[in-house]
This record gives sequence, C-alpha cells and structure tokens, in this order.
Amino acid sequence: MKKVLFNHAIKSIFFLNILLVILIVGFIFIKGYKIISLKFLFTMPYNSMTEGGIFPALVGTFLLTSLSIIFALPPGVITAIYLNEYVKNKHLINIIKISINTLAGVPSVVFGLFGFSVFVKFFGFGVSLLSGAFTLSIVILPIFISATIEALSAVPYSLREASMALGATKLYTIRHTVLPAAFSSIMTAIILSTGRAAGETAPILFTAAVFFQKNLPDSLFSPVMALPYHIYALMTEGTHPEKQVAIAYGSALVLIITVLFLISLAVFLREKRRRYVNFKH
Amino acid sequence: MKIKTTENYKIELLFSAVSFFSLLALFLIFLTLAKESFHSIKEIGLIKMITSSEWYPTDEENPAFGMLPLITASLYVTFLSLLISIPIGTLSAVYISEFAKPKAKLFLKSFIEIISAVPSVVFGFWGIVFLVPIIQKLFDLPTGYCILTSSIVLGIMAVPIITSLCEDALNMVPSSLREASYALGAEKHTTIIRIIIPAASSGIFTAIILGAGRIIGETMVVLMLSGGSAVIPESLTDPARPITSAIASEMGETVVGSLHYSSLFTLGLILFVITVILSVLAQYISSKYSLKLGKGR
Amino acid sequence: MLTLNIKEELNKTEEKTKIKVKDLNFYYGPKQTLKNISMDIYEKKVTAIIGPSGCGKSTFIRLFNRMDEFVLESKSEGEIIIDGKNILEKDTDLIDLRRRVGMVFQKPNPFPKTIMENIAYGLKVNGWKDNFQIETRVIDSLKKSALWEEVKYRLKENAYGLSGGQQQRLCIARCIAVRPEIILFDEPCASLDPISTAKIEELIMDLKKDYTIVIVTHNMQQAARISDYTAFFLMGEMIEYGLTKNIFENPKDKRTEDYITGRFG
Repeated sequence: MKKVLFNHAIKSIFFLNILLVILIVGFIFIKGYKIISLKFLFTMPYNSMTEGGIFPALVGTFLLTSLSIIFALPPGVITAIYLNEYVKNKHLINIIKISINTLAGVPSVVFGLFGFSVFVKFFGFGVSLLSGAFTLSIVILPIFISATIEALSAVPYSLREASMALGATKLYTIRHTVLPAAFSSIMTAIILSTGRAAGETAPILFTAAVFFQKNLPDSLFSPVMALPYHIYALMTEGTHPEKQVAIAYGSALVLIITVLFLISLAVFLREKRRRYVNFKH
Repeated sequence: MKIKTTENYKIELLFSAVSFFSLLALFLIFLTLAKESFHSIKEIGLIKMITSSEWYPTDEENPAFGMLPLITASLYVTFLSLLISIPIGTLSAVYISEFAKPKAKLFLKSFIEIISAVPSVVFGFWGIVFLVPIIQKLFDLPTGYCILTSSIVLGIMAVPIITSLCEDALNMVPSSLREASYALGAEKHTTIIRIIIPAASSGIFTAIILGAGRIIGETMVVLMLSGGSAVIPESLTDPARPITSAIASEMGETVVGSLHYSSLFTLGLILFVITVILSVLAQYISSKYSLKLGKGR
Repeated sequence: MLTLNIKEELNKTEEKTKIKVKDLNFYYGPKQTLKNISMDIYEKKVTAIIGPSGCGKSTFIRLFNRMDEFVLESKSEGEIIIDGKNILEKDTDLIDLRRRVGMVFQKPNPFPKTIMENIAYGLKVNGWKDNFQIETRVIDSLKKSALWEEVKYRLKENAYGLSGGQQQRLCIARCIAVRPEIILFDEPCASLDPISTAKIEELIMDLKKDYTIVIVTHNMQQAARISDYTAFFLMGEMIEYGLTKNIFENPKDKRTEDYITGRFG
C-alpha cells in the first residue's frame, strides 16, 4: 500500500510539474495566437503603443543577440580550446572552470549594473546597442564555453594523433582537424547561446533597451527596443494598460516561440549527435 | 637554426591569457561594484545600511538607505520559492532517473532543459495576467502583487533548474548500489528512500544551493510581481521589494553619482557576494562528492 | 650469452642499420614500462615486434616518432639513434622527425574530410601549395597503397564512406604521401576482417622495397608471414631478437618458445 502510494505520488508530482509549464505556455499561446500576424510582426507600433506591431523590438532583439554572439565567440572558442587542448595543469583547469561556473551564477541584474558602469558610463557608449551587446556577451559566455568544450571533447583523440603523426603542429592540428570536426557542434553551442541571449531582460534594462523608438536603430550607438523588455514595459509602464495587454500577449508568444525553437533545435541536434557518436565507438 | 616544435608557446600564452577572461570578468565586476558603492558605504556605512529598515532613497530632505526591508524581502521570496521548487524538483528528478524508461528518460531530460530556458519575463507576464487576479480574489486583497505571488511563480520557474541539477546528482549514484539493493530483495521505493537519495544527498544539496543562488538573483519575476513596497513584510500577502527588484526599478530614476545610485551598487555588491559564495560552495561540495563516488575527472 | 648469439647471427647478414636503440628505459609515472632495450633495426626490412598485450611494444615504437610527447608524466632514458641523431634529445625537431617517421594506427583514423583532402593533409602540413603537384602525389600514393582502383572516381567523397579495410589503406596512403623513410605500424589489422588484413599484409611486403618498416602485432602468424626480423617483448623487456625464421623455428629462450607455441594465453 505504502509502495503504491509512493510510486503514484512521484509520478503525479512529475506530471504536475510538466503540466504547470504546459499550462503557462499554453495559456499565453491561446491568448496570443490570434494577435500574431505578418502585420503584427512587421509594422511599427503607433498610437502611443496601443496599436501596430512589434517590428522594432524584433529587430532590436535580433541585433542584440547577433552582436553578443559575435563578441562572445572569440574568447569563448579560445577558452574552450585552451582548456580542452592545451592546459595540462589540473589546478589551472580548476581555477578557470570554477571562475566560468561562478560567472554563470552571477545574477543577470548585476551584469546590468556592471554594463551600465563600464560600457554606458566609463567607455561612454551610452544606453546603446553596443553596451547591451557587450553586457549580454558576458552573460552568455559561460554557457557558450561549456557547450564548446563539450563539442571539442567529442572529437576523437585518434584524429589529433593522426594529424600530429604527419608532422603537424598543435595549432595546425586544431585549425585543420579539431575545429572542422567540431564545427557543427560549435554551431549548436551558438544556437543554444542565442536562445539564452534572446530571452534575457535584466542585463539590457539599463544598458540598451528603451520603451519606444520612432525609427529603427541606425548605429551601434543608438538605443534599441527589445522583445523581452517590450513585454515588461507594456505591462508596467504603459499609459493604456488595458489596450496594451493584447500586444504584450502577442510579444510574449513571439518570444516564447523564438527562444523555445532555438533551444529545442540546439538540444535536438546535440542529442542526435550524441547518439550517433555512441553508435560509432 | 631555430628548432621547430609542435607546441607554439606564444600562441599558448595568448590562449591562456584569453582563458582567464572569465576570472578577469569576475574581478572586474567586483571592482566595478566596489568602486561605485564606495561612496555610499563611506557616507553611511555598510553595517548601518544593512541593519536599518528605512528605505527612502528619493526623499529630498531626509533620504534613508536602510536595506533591511529589501534583504528581508529577498530572503522571504527565496525561501518560499525553494519550499515550492525543492520537493517538486527533487521528486521529478527521482521520477526521471528511477522510473522513466531509458528512451523516455532522454526525452524528458531534453524537455526539462528546454522548459528551463523559458525567459523569466514570460513567467512574470503570466503572473500578472493569470495569478495576480486569482490571488487577489482568493485572499480578498487590495492588490494581488505580493510576496506570495512572486514566490509561487519563482518557485514554478525554478523547478526545471532544480530538477535537472538533481537528476545529474542521482545519475552519479553508481548502478551497482541499486543492483545491490535489489539483489537483497528490496523494493523500488525502499531502494530509492534508503539507498539512492542518501547516496545522492550531497549532490541534491548542491542542486538546492545552486537553485537558491539562481532564485535570489532572479530579477524580472520579482520586479513584475512583488508589488514594490519597501517595508519589512509582515505576512505572505504583503507587497515587498526584493533586492533585485529595487535595483532594476530604481536605476532608471536615479542620478548617476548620487548617494542613491551608489547604494544601488551596494545592493548589487551584496547580491554578487552572496551568489559567488553560494556558487563556490556548491562547486566545492560537488567536487568532494564526485571524488567520493569515484566519478571525478 | 644471449646477446652474443644475436650479434653473431646478425653479423652474418650485411644489413644497414637504420634505427639504433641503446639502453632504452621508459617510465610512465612510477612504473617502468620499458627495461633496458638495445636493438638495431635495419633499413628496408620489415621488423615485427611481438608479445602479449601490456608488454610495452606499442610504447616502444611510439618513441620512434616521439608520440610520447602527449603522454603526461612520462620519462625516457637511453638513446634511439636514427641516421646518427639521438631523437630522444630535447632539441629534436619533432615536426621533421614525424615527417621522416610515419605512423599507421591500430584503428583506422581518417579525417572527416574527402579522400583527396585526407592524403593531401600531410603535404599541406609540409607547406605544399601547388594543386597539380599535390594531386599527382595523391594519385601516386593511392596507387602505391593499392587503393586507387577502388576510389578513383570518389576522390571528392568523404573518407568515412569507405569500408574499414579501405580506410586503413587510406591511412597508409596518407602516411606514404609525405615520403617518410620509416613507417611504424601499430597493430594495423587489429580491427580488420581477414580479407582486408591480407590486403594490408600484401601492401606492407610491397612497401618494404622503399621503406624501413616496424610493425607491432600480437598476431604471430602475421609476424611470421611478413617480417624479416622479429623481436619478442615480455613485461617491458626484450627477450629475444633475430631473423624471423630463427625466432619462430628455433627460439633460443624458453619464454619465446612458450609464447610462440601458445603456452602464454
């Protein structure tokens, strides 16, 4: 009796858990899908944000995430290469890994403060696309490094051996054998990090995002609208909350779809490759 | 003649320098926060800020920077959300690791990972449109924005995070332990309660610490749902202003360089120190633990 | 006594020494995996190293192209002299050494690139730029490794599409494309079927006229079939070394005899 109860309790709690999230996403989906249309996606907002679309927010999020990936890519890949291919000292590996994990645990609003003080003020970039992208790039760096290390360590050692036995240097081996072999998994890491960057709000709160903009951003130094911030702003700062809720539903749904699509794609690709690798060896 | 070697020490040096970027970033964040908060710490004093309970930073004649209400609110919300997410999270992990069939296991793990990526602003939004009116009606409150609402939403949000961390911990338990227990005729629930959960306990503890770090630093949900009142909350249905919420909402209205501005960075510094300690502690425990189970690298 | 016999026997033949190993010791951490090994390996001959697994035979030949570089906490003593130069010395140009001493591994390890790119890899490592020259050398190498007929219309296809045996011959082609002087084979047929094995063996016999070959194998028939000289290793020591014929037909050491007649599991 006790046993049956225990097993059932665990199962029902698990499905309650899944159900809750499905409920949340489903709720927003049902309320939001009617609002989404091509017009909603591709027109500017007007009439003090009570009508029109979310085009500038989409563009802003796209620019912010792409730029932050571009900034995070070089240090991320190099750190992963160094940790996976070069460093032999265990203590050094530990120090670097601990700092990566710790960086991953820093609250996003703290990154926002840091970005404001350093990029907005100290470097004088102002509240801008550039400041926001730099801040976001530090936020996603730990995620990107971890995923890239996984990508590199999946490349079989025998390939490195083959290359070195032909007289290649370590650097040549990395450039011509390891990186090409890991290319698609590094792409997965990029997709994963993009998904994370697209949903972040707090880091861009004081570094990049504005509530409303008449025109699309025309330089790295213009502030931008961004999808997650847009949802927050519509719900808290609007002048006509009752009219703006509909737009917020639409924006939330677009954000959910974008983020979940990117993350699912990355997870799917990764799992597929993991299974393939398992079969091969 | 210059000897060619396979290693290129200049490149290695460059790479190692870049690899310390994460450590450097941590230091820079700390330095920046320290530098910006210096003004308020010097003027008012850290102890006084932390222990006094009047937070009126924008009062023109007599501004007060007592952080106790904000810190209390953060602790309340974190504690309550953990109360929700720990049981659901750990038990869900037990389900995935011990009950689900191998194929379903892979799928469920991926599923948990995917839903843990739902942006926090979406949870905040859902809280506003769905939960706030319900809580308001249920408890007959003037407003549904309160500690309870934000704790519930935050708790739900933290469940997948805790689930996946706990699942990793349960996975580390060698299957030989399971087999040994089953071979002695123990049933599944006995094995789980007596063997697996104790063996994974420090991993689960690590998961909880990491989860706590995430929750205390989470911004958007508490910003959108806590109600924003900066007094020490007396009941669950009181509105409150946790640390992250104060930083996020007040940074926009403060004057750069003012005492208020500096005190917001002090809040950031406190948050940073708490999360760094939690994170390092969790890693320390988990490295000891994996060594003990012989699965350390 | 034993060494005297070997010397006597070897002096009869007039071989040119390509690799001279002198008092070689190798340590992996606190464990000594090679003990006091001295032997001469002769030019344009096939030398087989046999012995039970864990006897140090792989470790031994991996020193010839210094693949021990990647083994952490290892230490070597003694000398390995190739063309008058001790390659264990610190100032050895490892890149040049590996170009002269090629290696074929136990498991086929082609790069996830096209067949053409696989063989061109070593050439590009050596700074070859001219595509025509590269292509000529690739085709030549494929012919020499008896793979040309099977792949001549598929040069631009991924090497992973080849069978295991073909992949291993591709790895041999990749190795000989850079025209090494010595080729090390580390159990090249361990993961192959009998037919592919036969092809590789045939190929090794054929390559002998141009290259000095050292092959590690746990397959005694294989050693007997293809090698001119055989060394028997046991627990890091070289027990016996001599003409293959003598080792197999008339072993001088009891342990060699036991191993060859299958008394060692």
